[in-house]
Amino acid sequence: MRRNPILREISHFLLPAIMLFALYVQFHGEYSPGGGFQAGVIFASAIILFAILHGDKKAENVLSLGLAKVLAAIGVLLYGGVGIASMLLGGNFLDYDALAEDPITGQLWGILLIEAGVGITVATVIIAIFYTFSKYKD
Amino acid sequence: MTAIAIVTMRSILSVVMLSGIYSLISATLFIILDAPDVAFTEAAVGAVISTVLFLSAFAITGKHQTLTRKNHWIAIFVVVVTGAGLLYSTTDMPPFGAPDAPVQQHVAPRYLSQAETEIGIPNVVTAVLSSYRGYDTFGEVVVVFTALIAVLLLLGRKKGSSGEGNS
Amino acid sequence: MLELISNYYNYWVSIILMMLGLFIVIDHTNLFKKLVGLNIFQTSVFILFISIGAVDGGTAPIIAEGYTLYANPLPQVLILTAIVVSVATTAVGLALVVSISRRYQSVDEKEIEKIELESEQE
Repeated sequence: MRRNPILREISHFLLPAIMLFALYVQFHGEYSPGGGFQAGVIFASAIILFAILHGDKKAENVLSLGLAKVLAAIGVLLYGGVGIASMLLGGNFLDYDALAEDPITGQLWGILLIEAGVGITVATVIIAIFYTFSKYKD
Repeated sequence: MTAIAIVTMRSILSVVMLSGIYSLISATLFIILDAPDVAFTEAAVGAVISTVLFLSAFAITGKHQTLTRKNHWIAIFVVVVTGAGLLYSTTDMPPFGAPDAPVQQHVAPRYLSQAETEIGIPNVVTAVLSSYRGYDTFGEVVVVFTALIAVLLLLGRKKGSSGEGNS
Repeated sequence: MLELISNYYNYWVSIILMMLGLFIVIDHTNLFKKLVGLNIFQTSVFILFISIGAVDGGTAPIIAEGYTLYANPLPQVLILTAIVVSVATTAVGLALVVSISRRYQSVDEKEIEKIELESEQE
């Protein structure tokens, strides 16, 4: 499957579209179905498609296993950080009303940041699990 | 139905493919039931990620398939008894789609009516997920991260020299 | 009788799928098939929950002009979380199966039991 030239050519067109769609879903989660989880899964499937078609070595050049692990931790910390920040600014844990002057803006900021955190974590976790499976030697 | 086909099939490869189809069919079901977010996630996750992971794991272990003879009747008995009990109890549940069911009272109408004013975004599912019930979503992100750690612990050891990538 | 079916058929579909999944988990000896059975079981529970939240004549819970009756968002939030958790569980389960197969050279439950018994008797 790696040597199939038709699939590789098509993937050159499809992969940027898939990643762009993942970003669209991530940021439009507030107005249409979507949000962090879906966006993370779609982005991960783009990278997995790339890894299946072009081989593991090239995929590792784009996003190595170590970087994926670090990004996963950063996603979780981003989420927790928003919670702690809202505690430091006077509200309860994960109370977004305290993040800005008026509650609506605070909610928007809070939701944006945590959905980004969720998307990053989900995408990198799935990619890292896939890498671990495909590099495994008996 | 796809599930019955999965029960009777022998080859694991077809079973995995059928489970992907099963996920897609249930995603369509979710759309019919007015749940687009869930359908999105189920289609992406069940049909893509699960299938890919199953195929990678299957490629590693190879086709060690032996069908050992065993007694099927115990399993069938357990399943039939449990199923009958559950089916009998469904008559106590509220009818399908009733607007006055207990689940539609209490918190749900409040979320639906207040989401636009308190949070300012139209997608109520995202509003509930990230703001009203944000703590649960935090727990879920931690669960996903823990799954990564578990897989890394189980399979992450390096052995021998480097070789080619996946199949 | 027809009213009985039309009122409750969503529960029945979900229960039948659940029982099929349970049967696969209990009965089959191949570890991969057990995991697929678990997946079927989980998805049937999702169908049950989403069908509980559906409302006759409602629409998707995204506030828009002109719609008044929405489906219940709470079960959908719960199931969204559950779907992601289910993929996490499947991934860890598959990792377990792979490491089991490395140790015992088989993914069949009965063979693994036999190997365990033989190694205990030594």
